[in-house]
Amino acid sequence: MKPIETKKDYQDYVDKKSPNSPIIKNCFNAFWVGGLICSIGQIIFNYCKFRGMDVQLSNTIVSIILIGISAFLTGLNLFNKIGKFAGAGSLVPITGFANSIVSPAMEYKSEGYVMGVGGKMFTVAGPVLVFGISASIVVGIVYLIFNTQAITLV
Amino acid sequence: MLRCFVVGGLICIIGQILIDKTKLTPARILVIFVTTGAILGGLGIYQHIVDFAGCGATVPLTGFGNALAKGAIEEVGKSGLVGAFIGGTKAAAGGIAAAIFFGYIASLISKPKMKKQ
Repeated sequence: MKPIETKKDYQDYVDKKSPNSPIIKNCFNAFWVGGLICSIGQIIFNYCKFRGMDVQLSNTIVSIILIGISAFLTGLNLFNKIGKFAGAGSLVPITGFANSIVSPAMEYKSEGYVMGVGGKMFTVAGPVLVFGISASIVVGIVYLIFNTQAITLV
Repeated sequence: MLRCFVVGGLICIIGQILIDKTKLTPARILVIFVTTGAILGGLGIYQHIVDFAGCGATVPLTGFGNALAKGAIEEVGKSGLVGAFIGGTKAAAGGIAAAIFFGYIASLISKPKMKKQ
């Protein structure tokens, strides 16, 4: 075989040797696990509505319950197994957010309960919150600029 | 319920394609989803998906972004510029606080992972 000289040659070589990830199968698993998690959310949501709560409160309760469940599943090392099988199916729903908080915290437990667990909790969730909240502030300001009714309140 | 399942699944498929076809880390994918949700929420597009699919749209992280943007807009309507800073976090406060609290408890009760050989 020809010698590997450039970065591109190396990349081609790696691509040839590494197994193709079975994207169809991955997508199928992501689809039904993700759909299932959303359906569980919908069941909780419908129950909250049935009990007479408003939409926003019901949504918050759905988030809290799903986050709680996935945090404890991560703590018990069960979430990793689901994640390996489902890929984005368990990562993209709010369950992935909880998992992204707990798994680095577990990893750095040996560094202590304040800087280890407390500090490393946000290695992945930190950027999510930074960009999410910043985006919401930008949206709010843009809305303020383009909505004359809101401007009069300033 | 079926619409919830299908739309939730489709959003996850988008995430799976991003994982398989690009070299983005999961953290970046989460950031992309939240930011996309916030932008779509700000443009008022995401609400249509929520109306159509219910929790199929609110449970994925795009829904989290949407909740942030929607909260900001609502609060701007109530209290002007300060609302842009209050609203988003206020709307997502339950989720964030729960994630921190349960996250910390779950980390405390977890046993350190044994690395399998």
